[in-house]
Formats: sequence, C-alpha cells, structure tokens
Amino acid sequence: MSESAKPHHPSPQGKGEKTHGGDFSYVGIDAILEQMRRKAMKQGFELNLMVVGQSGLGKSTLMNTLFKSKVSRNKSVQSDPEERIPKTVEIKSISHDVEEKGVRMKLTVIDTPGFGDQINNENCWQPIMKFINDQYEVYLQEEININRKKRIPDSRVHCCIYFIPPTGHCLRPLDVEFMSRLSKVVNIVPVIAKADTLTLEERGSFKQTIREELRANGIDVYPQKEFDEDAEDRMINDKIREMIPFAVVGSDQEYQVNGKRILGRKTKWGTIEVENVAHCEFAYLRDLLIRTHMQNIKDITGSIHYETYRVRRLNESNAHLISQPSDHPAGSLLQ
Amino acid sequence: MIERPETAVPSIAQRNLEGYVGFANLPNQVYRKSVKRGFEFTLMVVGESGLGKSTLINSLFLTDLYSKDYPGPSQRIKKTVQVEQSKVLIKEGGVQLTLTIVDTPGFGDAVDNSNCWQPVINYIDSKCEDFLNAESRVNRRSMPDNRVHCCLYFIAPSGHGLKPLDIEFMKRLHDKVNVIPLIAKADTLTPEECQLFKKQIMKEIQEHKIKIYEFPDTEDDEDNKLIRKIKEKMPLAVVGSNVVVEVNGKKVRGRQYPWGVAEEGIFVENGEHCDFTVLRNMLIRTHMQDLKDVTNNVHYENYRSKKLAAVTCNGVDTSKTKGQLTKSPLAQMEEERREHVMKMKKMEAEMEQVFEMKVKEKKQKLKDSEAELERRHEQMKRNLEAQYKELEEKRRVFEEEKANWEAQQRILEQQKLDASKTMEKNKKKGKIF
Repeated sequence: MSESAKPHHPSPQGKGEKTHGGDFSYVGIDAILEQMRRKAMKQGFELNLMVVGQSGLGKSTLMNTLFKSKVSRNKSVQSDPEERIPKTVEIKSISHDVEEKGVRMKLTVIDTPGFGDQINNENCWQPIMKFINDQYEVYLQEEININRKKRIPDSRVHCCIYFIPPTGHCLRPLDVEFMSRLSKVVNIVPVIAKADTLTLEERGSFKQTIREELRANGIDVYPQKEFDEDAEDRMINDKIREMIPFAVVGSDQEYQVNGKRILGRKTKWGTIEVENVAHCEFAYLRDLLIRTHMQNIKDITGSIHYETYRVRRLNESNAHLISQPSDHPAGSLLQ
Repeated sequence: MIERPETAVPSIAQRNLEGYVGFANLPNQVYRKSVKRGFEFTLMVVGESGLGKSTLINSLFLTDLYSKDYPGPSQRIKKTVQVEQSKVLIKEGGVQLTLTIVDTPGFGDAVDNSNCWQPVINYIDSKCEDFLNAESRVNRRSMPDNRVHCCLYFIAPSGHGLKPLDIEFMKRLHDKVNVIPLIAKADTLTPEECQLFKKQIMKEIQEHKIKIYEFPDTEDDEDNKLIRKIKEKMPLAVVGSNVVVEVNGKKVRGRQYPWGVAEEGIFVENGEHCDFTVLRNMLIRTHMQDLKDVTNNVHYENYRSKKLAAVTCNGVDTSKTKGQLTKSPLAQMEEERREHVMKMKKMEAEMEQVFEMKVKEKKQKLKDSEAELERRHEQMKRNLEAQYKELEEKRRVFEEEKANWEAQQRILEQQKLDASKTMEKNKKKGKIF
C-alpha cells in the first residue's frame, strides 16, 4: 500500500485551488492518491501468512507478537492434554479481522503442525505444496467463471515464513529440501527461530553460512533479485538481503524495563527485549512484512507465482480439452 | 550358576574386637591398587547437530577435546550416522583416567531418520561382545573395559515435550546402557518454561516406561544435598561454554548476550544455578563407580544372557559354548582339536564329492562328443555312397550312350563299306559294258 498520502487540503477536487502562492497550474492529479486510499480503506486488505517449522520453535508466539494479539492456534498447556505431535502434517488456518486507524485487514494465519517432527520426514512438504496449489486453483476457478464476483476472495498464500532451528552450524537437509521446492511457488521468508540461543558472533556466522547455502542451492527467497523493478528498489532490497535470515525472538508477555512496558523474555541473566534491534531482529521482520513490503509481497504472489501456476494449469487442461471439446469456460481463454 | 550347598553357615555371630586389628585399612589398599591401575570410563554423547555436545564435553573435562585444529564432528552435517571415539588420558593428583568419548555425528539430522539409532546400538553391542569374548578367553591377563558406561542424551529445548525420535531412541537404548537425558542450550528457556518442560519430559518418559539412570545417594552429606536437589530435577538443564567472559569483575565461563551473560552450568529450580563441578563430580568422582557397576551388573548381564541364550537355543553349538564355560582348559583344547579334525574330515569328504561329480561330468561330456562324431561319420559315409551311386549311374548312362554311338558308327561303317563295295561292283560292271 502506498505511503500515507498527505492531503494538503481536505477537499482536493482539483479545481485550481491555490495551494502554493499564485500557482494556477495545479490540476490535482495527485488527489487520486487520496481517493485510492479511501477506497482501500473501505475495502480492507487481506493477508495470508503461512508459518512452517518444527514443533517448538516459537511459530505461534511469533505470530502473536507480530500482530500484538492472539492470532495463532490455541496453545493451552494446562487444559487439554498437551499438544500431541500429529502423525502427518496438518494444515490449520485461522482468520482474524483486525483494524488499526480505520484500516481493516483480514489476516489469515496458516499453521502447519507436524512438519518435520516425525522420525521419517520424507515428503512432509507435500501436503503444504498441495494446499498452496489448491488455493491457486480456487482462485483460478473463480477467475475463469463466466459470472464472476466483483472481488474474488483471495485465499492464496502470500508469504511463507520458514523457521530455521538455531543450531548455529548450517542448514539441515530438510530445510534445504523444503525451501528449494517451495521458493518456486510462494514467497519464502526464512527466519532463525529462538535467536536468543545465539550470541552475536554465532548469529553472524550462522547467517553467513545460511546465505551461502541458499545461494549454493539456488534458493530464491523473498525479496527475489529478479523482481526488483528499479534501482531504488534494488538498493532497499539489497539491504534487506544482507540481513536475511532475520534472527527473531517472539514473546507475548510484557515486562517492565526502564519504566516502560515492553514485550520480552525474562531469563535469569537479563531481559530480552523483542523490539530492541540490539537484541534481535524482530523489528526488521515486522517492518518488512507489514509496514513496507506487504503490498509488494501480495503483488509478487499475484503477478508471478499465481501466473506461473495459471499458465501451467491452462496448458495442462489445453491438452486435456483437445481430446474432449466441451463448453468449458476455459475454452474461451485458450486462444 | 553356582549352587549354594544346603548346609551353609547358618548364621554369623557378631564379635566385637578387643583391639585395633587393622583391616580398616583395606579400603585404602584397594584404593591404592586401583589408583595404580588407573580408571577407564567411556562416555557417549548423542543428540542432534548443534545442541552443544562438543562444547559440553570440553566444559566437563576442562580440556579442549574438540578445538579449532581438531574440529568436532559438528561442523558439517553428515549423510549417515557415524560413531567416532576419541581417547584422552587425564591425570590429576596421581590418578589417571582413560576417558573415551564416543560421539555420534549425523544422528537425527537427515530427512529420514528411521534406524538412525542402529549404528549406536551396533557400537554398544560390539563393545559388549568384545568384553564377553575377553572374559571367556583362556588367557585373561588384560581385560580392557571398553563398554559404554554412560550415554548422555541431548534434548532440544523446544519447550513442548519429547520428539518421536527422542522417545524411540531412549526406548531402544535404556536397557543397553545408562541413559542420562539432558536439556541442551537451556539458557533459551525462562525458569517457568524450564520447569514445565521438565515436567512434561518426565511424564512422557514414565508413560513410555523408559528407564533412565538414577543417581543413588552417596555417603558424602554435603554433596548429597545438592545431588538430591539435582536428582529431583531430571532431566538436567545445561548450558555450556568454552569462552571466558567477565561478569562483575570476575571471570566465568559463559555466553555473552546483549542483554546479559549466561554462565555455564546446570539449572536447578527457581533459577538457581550451579556450575559444572557438580555434574563433573557426579559423573566422575562419586558416581563413576556406580555407573560402571550398573553397566557391568545390569546392562552387560542382559546382553550376555541374551546372546548366550540365543546361541544355545539353536542347538547347534551347544557343546562349544558350554565347553568354554565349564570344562578345564586342557579338555577345551582337546575338544577344539577334535573339532578341528572333524572339520577337516568334513571338508575332505566334500572335496571328494565335488571331485567325483566333476569326473562324472567330464566323462559324460566325452561320451556325448563321441556319439556326436560317430553320427557325423555315418552321415558323411552315406553322403559319399549316395554320390558314388550317382556317379555310377552317370557312367552307366554314359557307357550306354557310348555303346549306342559305337554301334551306330559301325552300322554306318558297314553301310559305307557296303556302299563302296557295290560301287566297286558297279564300276566293274560298268566297265565291261
């Protein structure tokens, strides 16, 4: 979403209002920003985030911290029998409507319990790939419908946050497998979970190792180099790429530090402040996902990943249709 | 099994001594002897990569078993689980300890970790087998004890509970070796999380009936209190460090974070914390003997009875194994010799058999080829005869023709002669006219 437009005047109808002293050439085209803003606020936004990682890495806690409310699946330790690790990967999606300063957002958090928890983790990425492709399929079906809705509900996964366990050494084979397969269908943002395990030097060397391994395996994580539009974008994104993967710490408990109440973790040695950039990089992750790059993430999902899927699907059904011509609406799209 | 005779000593009367005899000195004598001999201890560490196993080993024994020049196996993720052992000789106060550390890099790191415990089990079994063989040998002068005495299992600090891999591993190894579970990298947990985590783990351990090693009480009172406190808080939550940092003017081994310094050691409840001397003492000073005893009396005996029962069940080698245990060495040697001779005879018989078979085969082959040759010979003969007959036929025909032709010629000749004779006659007649 564009930066908040600063309306010079509350009624920018562009009728030659004198904004600067004696300027007759003001037409008022920039007022379109304000109109867009109002429309977007009325419509609201949708964001679908998927979190993937082994059990116990703090995924739910991080989601709660990101959106400053309990948005992820129920994790009560005392009431029902403790979380049983599911035998196969399940996909659980929870939606919330959140609002801030008049801007409404439908946030969906998609959780994947059971990923990487078994003894044999072969193909544990398959249910996830299937889910992502299913969402694309649903959208595609809506799009090629003859009578389609004015605004297609967007359930496509915009971003997948992958949690890397903080071993401090290198990526595990499971991580490499998963990321190399999924970076082709969805935007992946890798983060180092529970980063309070690592000292600053360990963190630096771990990140270095991870970046090299990602490069060596040809895994393109968000922000992808090839989708930088211009030099300015590239500069911003390069800075981000230097910091990937973000070392994050999540917490939904508040503590008093220096008279302020902040989110953090209190251990015997000190209190880890979640939003303090000297302690961990949660703030950078939040800025990337929400404050600066959210629209970009959605755009890339819509224009690149979804289009790739669509092309593939239509080519497949093209081959299928040639053998049995019918009134399938897709036929109209196949020129 | 040694059967106690029925007429055992009924009861032993207590006697009080009237003076100092001196056998109170016995423990010291034992102590001195064993100190001279030196101690052996094998410690195995198992856990996923990156949990701080190498760091802990370095911390526990205050040596750099794994250092920059000899990097530990954790620097690279291996494709298969390997078992590596490194021996170190530690001397302290005249006592020497041969410490063997067994590491298992690659455990639990692959995508498919089924049977990743198998190399570990194989290693432990092979050491037990070595000991069994050494025990059963005739010459038992040196019996090095390389059995694994203790296995430290590292649990990742997820805060939830045990992973399926942890449960499987401990279930399979709890009756082969003393398993001591540890929570690795415990500085990542707040005290409440740590407590909950420990409770959860112990619950799951009991649920799956896993028998972990329990530290028995020692006589030493002061240590006892601390040990009892720790005992109640199994599994132990540890933090290791190889770096010395300064905290409030004093130097401690710890980890420097932006928010504080975490000192290495074990976490007891309520954030109370003790350093590794306690764990080190528990493992080496006070409980090493107990660990070795339990390994010897319980785990090793389990292994031994299982192995020998399996062998006797087969019924094949009953005499062999029983002989090793009950007969005298000479008889054993006789047996072995007899066995050897029998084996040789059997081999001879087999070889003869093989030889005969081969001879028969060869003969058969030769016969076959002979028959083959004969057949061909016959065929060729027949061919020749046929050709001969043909030729004869042709010649006859030819002779006939020749005879015909000659006959014709003669007739022609005769005719010509006749013709000339008549011409002569005619000429003569003609002349007279």
